[in-house]
Amino acid sequence: MERKKVTIDGNEAAAYVAFRTNEVIAIYPITPSSNMGEWCDAWAAENKKNIWNEIPSVSELQSEGGASGSVHGALQTGSLTTTFTASQGLLLMIPNMFKIAGELTSTVFHVSARSIAAQALSIFGDHSDVMSTRSTGFALLSSNSVQEVMDFALISQAATLKSRVPFLHFFDGFRTSHEVMKIEQLTENDIRSMITDEMVIAHRNRALTPDNPFMRGTAQNPDVYFQGRETVNQFYIDCPGIVQDQMDIFAKLTGRQYRLFDYYGAPDAERIIVMMGSGAEAVEETVEYLTKKGEKVGILKVRLYRPFSIDHFIDALPKSTKVITVLDRTKEPGASGEPLYLDIVNAISEKHINGELKFAYPRITGGRYGLSSKEFTPAMIKGVYDEMKKSKPKNHFTIGIVDDVTNTSLEYDATFSVEPDETFRGKFYGLGADGTVGANKNSIKIIGEGTKYFAQGYFVYDSKKSGSTTVSHLRFGPKEIKSTYLINKANFIACHQQEFLDKMDLLDDAAEGATFLLNTLVPKEKVWDNLPEKAQKDLIEKKMKFFIIDAYKVGEETGMGVRINTIMQTCFFAISKIFPRDEAIAMIKNSIKKTYGSKGEKIVQMNFDAVDKTLANLFEVEIPPKVTSTIKLADAVSEKAPQFVQEVTARIISGHGDSIPVSKMPIDGTYPTGTAMWEKRNIALDVPVWDDEICIQCNKCVIVCPHASIRAKVFDEKLVSNAPATFKSTKFKGKDLGEGMAYALQVAVEDCTGCGLCVDVCPVKNKKETKFKAINMKAQLPIREAERANWDYFLGLPEYDRTKLNISAIKDSQFLVPLFEFSGACSGCGETPYIKLVSQLFGDRAIIANATGCSSIYGGNLPTTPWTKNKDGRGPAWSNSLFEDNAEFGFGFRLSIDAHNNQAKNLIKKFSNEIGEALVTELLNAAQKDEAGIYEQRERVKILKDKLSVFMNDGIKGEKLSDLVHLMSLADYLVKKSVWIMGGDGWAYDIGYGGLDHVLASGKNVNVLVLDTEVYSNTGGQASKSTPRGAVAKFAAAGKTMPKKDLGLIAMTYGNIYVAKVAMGANDLQTLKAFIEAEAYDGPSLIIAYSHCIAHGIDMSTGMKNQKAAVDSGHWPLFRYNPDLTKEGKNPFKLESKGLKIPFKDYAYLETRYKMLTKSHPEIAAKLLLEAQVDTETTWKTYEQMAALPGTENK
Amino acid sequence: MDLSTKYLGLNLKSPIVPSAGPLSTSIDNIKAMEDAGAGAVVLYSLFEEEIEHEALELDHYTVANTDSFPEAQSFFPKQYDIKIEGEEYLNHIRKAKESVNIPIIGSLNGKKLGGWVDYAKKIEQAGADALELNIYILSADHKKNSAAIESSYLEIVKSVLESVTIPVAVKLHPFFTSISELAVKLDKTGVKGLVLFNRFYQPDIDLEKLEVIPNVLLSTPMDLRLPLRWTAILHGQVKADLAATSGIYSADDALKMIMAGSKVTQMLSCLLKNGIPHIKKVLNQMVQWMEEHEYESLNTMRGSMSYVNIADPAQFERANYMKVLHSYK
Repeated sequence: MERKKVTIDGNEAAAYVAFRTNEVIAIYPITPSSNMGEWCDAWAAENKKNIWNEIPSVSELQSEGGASGSVHGALQTGSLTTTFTASQGLLLMIPNMFKIAGELTSTVFHVSARSIAAQALSIFGDHSDVMSTRSTGFALLSSNSVQEVMDFALISQAATLKSRVPFLHFFDGFRTSHEVMKIEQLTENDIRSMITDEMVIAHRNRALTPDNPFMRGTAQNPDVYFQGRETVNQFYIDCPGIVQDQMDIFAKLTGRQYRLFDYYGAPDAERIIVMMGSGAEAVEETVEYLTKKGEKVGILKVRLYRPFSIDHFIDALPKSTKVITVLDRTKEPGASGEPLYLDIVNAISEKHINGELKFAYPRITGGRYGLSSKEFTPAMIKGVYDEMKKSKPKNHFTIGIVDDVTNTSLEYDATFSVEPDETFRGKFYGLGADGTVGANKNSIKIIGEGTKYFAQGYFVYDSKKSGSTTVSHLRFGPKEIKSTYLINKANFIACHQQEFLDKMDLLDDAAEGATFLLNTLVPKEKVWDNLPEKAQKDLIEKKMKFFIIDAYKVGEETGMGVRINTIMQTCFFAISKIFPRDEAIAMIKNSIKKTYGSKGEKIVQMNFDAVDKTLANLFEVEIPPKVTSTIKLADAVSEKAPQFVQEVTARIISGHGDSIPVSKMPIDGTYPTGTAMWEKRNIALDVPVWDDEICIQCNKCVIVCPHASIRAKVFDEKLVSNAPATFKSTKFKGKDLGEGMAYALQVAVEDCTGCGLCVDVCPVKNKKETKFKAINMKAQLPIREAERANWDYFLGLPEYDRTKLNISAIKDSQFLVPLFEFSGACSGCGETPYIKLVSQLFGDRAIIANATGCSSIYGGNLPTTPWTKNKDGRGPAWSNSLFEDNAEFGFGFRLSIDAHNNQAKNLIKKFSNEIGEALVTELLNAAQKDEAGIYEQRERVKILKDKLSVFMNDGIKGEKLSDLVHLMSLADYLVKKSVWIMGGDGWAYDIGYGGLDHVLASGKNVNVLVLDTEVYSNTGGQASKSTPRGAVAKFAAAGKTMPKKDLGLIAMTYGNIYVAKVAMGANDLQTLKAFIEAEAYDGPSLIIAYSHCIAHGIDMSTGMKNQKAAVDSGHWPLFRYNPDLTKEGKNPFKLESKGLKIPFKDYAYLETRYKMLTKSHPEIAAKLLLEAQVDTETTWKTYEQMAALPGTENK
Repeated sequence: MDLSTKYLGLNLKSPIVPSAGPLSTSIDNIKAMEDAGAGAVVLYSLFEEEIEHEALELDHYTVANTDSFPEAQSFFPKQYDIKIEGEEYLNHIRKAKESVNIPIIGSLNGKKLGGWVDYAKKIEQAGADALELNIYILSADHKKNSAAIESSYLEIVKSVLESVTIPVAVKLHPFFTSISELAVKLDKTGVKGLVLFNRFYQPDIDLEKLEVIPNVLLSTPMDLRLPLRWTAILHGQVKADLAATSGIYSADDALKMIMAGSKVTQMLSCLLKNGIPHIKKVLNQMVQWMEEHEYESLNTMRGSMSYVNIADPAQFERANYMKVLHSYK
């Protein structure tokens, strides 16, 4: 039977089966598994059915812990239930997994395996998470490819029902979960024939029901627990056989025969690699190549890792086996070997002892590879096989890195390649914003579904949320594709952004005779001279073909703007000649119609026009015989950068992180701050330019700048005499900061993302031409050099003394140096202005606990960090623990700092004779209420340290010396430290809420900043309990039906928590006051900050207007609740917005998240809009009443 | 008293027809219009440009930031059922037709020729009894000549007429050099009605913000003079039914328009100010006036004060303020 061929990724393949074979689906977002839940939610919203013709119930929980609890509950009550997760999420499920397995409950968890956060978080793939579940009793079944994901999803579902052992079906995060592959899609009939009614009903009959009551989940004592634990043994003994049976049934259905352990290689192989996961495909590809050359090598793919069947394993090995190398994609520090290795050693050993081994005891070695999606290539694989030839091969090795510390790594010839010539291999370099990845996903679908070719697409992104670079790797050809690694010998390379050529050596891995396509503004005649020397050299020496297009011109002419995806796709098809040109164009157009059809004729037509106009603008450039260019690749960072930045950071920035040896890496995850300043990204086409003549110096542009790229300074006007020629400054308007002062507003044009928020908030208009403001966007390139010099000069000007600024005024507050700058957040981010404000106000004494999410990624994802230091070397100390524990993590900071502070206080009392009673009293009693107070205390501590140093050198001994040493190390804790706990609404409202509540209730002096985007922004916009009613989000595809949780109101019920709800775009002064008060309040503070977000589907350049509309509609009432006012007998609650000035609709329909529901589900949209209006009115009334309450002074 | 009239070939029980505007966005309002005695309802306009803009906007904001970051390759759920082809409007027609018995007249403002035709067909298929073409080409480009602009009006009308079978009316604005000539040309295309006149939203300037702002000013009774004049002039010159709109507030206003030659009088500002039940008041007062002045039906008075039927037709051509003043003497 001919089944439909589809070109999909691993997540969709798993979800396809899971959705059809389950009744209840409990989900929670986590990369890289979120998409599985998203698919299921979207299908349910579309009323798609499972194989029993029912729409599965899809519910999002507050955490993976919650999801696994609901899975457990639904299973116990007889529903076929599943969930999807990875990494930390899987760890949170472990307690329930033990229960589910202990109770012999049939279920499949689909896991896109991912690294676990250790010295650093990583979203990429390895088996660390799966390996952590080995003891739960779940069966562990590994898929190596997208086809296998779909197949094993079904096989595991059947096997769990048959065996009663729960299954964890896993595949490699990103490499398989996100790889787009042409596969054969299982039919409903295939699924039905594997999942029999009998098995389903048997599962249901084990359900808890009051109609047949029993209990499950007892507590047991030493007398029987042990025996109870042993009751399950037979099920685990039977399970491998059952899985093999289901694999055999599946083979009869589809022709694809799988075994518990699949061997591939020479029948007389002596060197066998044993492994599981996507890397096994690359090994198979390499084995095919090597065996053809006569090498006696093989690969044994482990499918069913738990329950581990020693018999099946031994049977699968060839009798010729002499050396086994077990490759583990995980690390267990301190273990005698990685888990799979130990299992294999044990299996061989047991069989050997029993005399059942069919060959001599082989040499067994183990190695680690591919942690966090580290490349695993045929070159590395050959390196492993070569090592196995040695008489004493290295054991416990690593492959793919350079470990120059403990020398675990194997050497290999990186140039070795097995890529077959008949496979097309294309690499496409683009920007996130230009649609390159989307176009390539589309191309691979066109090729996959339009030809008999096998097709594979894999996409690599950098870690920036704005101006990110993408690289698409496309393979297709007549031969099945097993290459589970990036393309390193490309026969087609496309550069969709010309500036990449100056930064990256794009043609380095071009194969001989490859084609290069360049999108360039430079005309055909001049393009050769504009290429870097290395690119010219490669083009000549590799006998390449060279094509150019000005895609921006075509984009402009056809209304496509900077989204040049369709244009570049057309070029690719035209040049690559996969199909005859007309046929290719028809296929592209057909695909456009499919993709955009529902969005209207206009969009379809624009894309059609782009296709039609492309070919006339596509030119082949003749390659001259000689290199003429002297242009070199730009350095990643300035030569002025510190050593670490030069040696490590710069290599990561330039894309050579893989080559950094272990010795250069920090041992414990500790990294310097202040590194983003070295990464001059130059991503903005247009940047703000200051008009000093009409500027009123309000500094509003400075406060809203999400990237701290606009700075204001006040300084002695005499200082500008040696300024660069184009440096602008003007007389400072105002006398409060002294006479004769100048004011400068300077833009860091190389760090600016060009978001335009500054221009939008500028309140001044040019009286002659009202289209201009006091700050206007202009092209960056022509002013780049001059502004670079101006920026450097500006940085050199002295900072105004912060102790003399009135920081409770917007203007003065923005003369404070930001200690959070140039983050990789989205252009126009709504969160970062708040973080930057914290850094300006308190950064020199702040310690920050950052929940996992957007802020931890743009704050802490390598290569650089925006957190930085001031001229005195002080600045925020930052750390990210987990997603779920951030409040508790920050609470720990407070406890520790308080302990240090107490100890320091106790110690200085012991030294009152030596350092003087007066200094001790001052140190102990310093109020440190403002900047001046902090400064004075720092000065006292300096004196204290100076005095202590004298005694230190005076030969003090014994206990006194110990006290002195401790006091020296703790003295800085006498200066107030500001603890900030920050994160998004996913953390604060959902996964971390329990901890947040506890920490707020503790009474301890911590400041909590909730960057509320009303969705899980970092993982792609899934609904949280903060998502408003009526908004569309992932996991709420048909609109959120429940109202937003009022976190502020809940917190206020304690009475002793400072609570503020702020929106900078609506009232920046109220925001500023809230931050200052929160820090000043000697107890827990909570600031909930409205943060506009790209997940709202808005124009980010006017995001502050959305904030204002949210406030004006009553959706986001501004207030401050200050318990200190209660002590003064006043009402602590101040409602600070002006009521329901506009209907909810007028705010909501500014944003795509609300508006799109009117297009997909108009009736639901109308109903929810009405309910949301009532929500805002009800909340407003409640707040009005609270604000009207008299304080005790009035009673 | 017979207040019935025939407009665009449709038999209406009264000559008061709420014109295209925000009131008809609600089915409840449409029902209230019927209850108050409206003869038909012209729905708010479907603007092709708005639909295009919405489609582009939706596409932009759901696609713009996709495939840029490994953790978030998109920010919105996949929406399979999205239709941005005026579905909302077309569903509204369907619902309106289900809810009331009076004719429902669709109103369309296209952008390009294909759009005019496509949406006209869709409006017909959705069940509208007639279609009013809300055409205005406001050219700020001095290089575009007036004849070319006028001929594009004719081109649009002809194309729509070729594609639908329901009666079509054209709503005109008064800013043509020769309204009569254009009216006659339009009439020859086979349109069944001419609606006089379209009132544009004229922009305003916010002095504080230094911004141009849309500012909707409702019509006042003074505004009826312009349609009154042209209804009177065109009556008898064209076969198409005339509908008068702008500034019609009272029974007197409506009666004047009918005497000038209109088949129906359209109302919007008046209803926005006074509420939908005001229709009933106007109709009652019309009946009262007709009874007092012994008119049996509207047909008797229709056109009685038109250009061709009055003693001194030149009165409708006078435009000079001095002469008008003189005429009072």
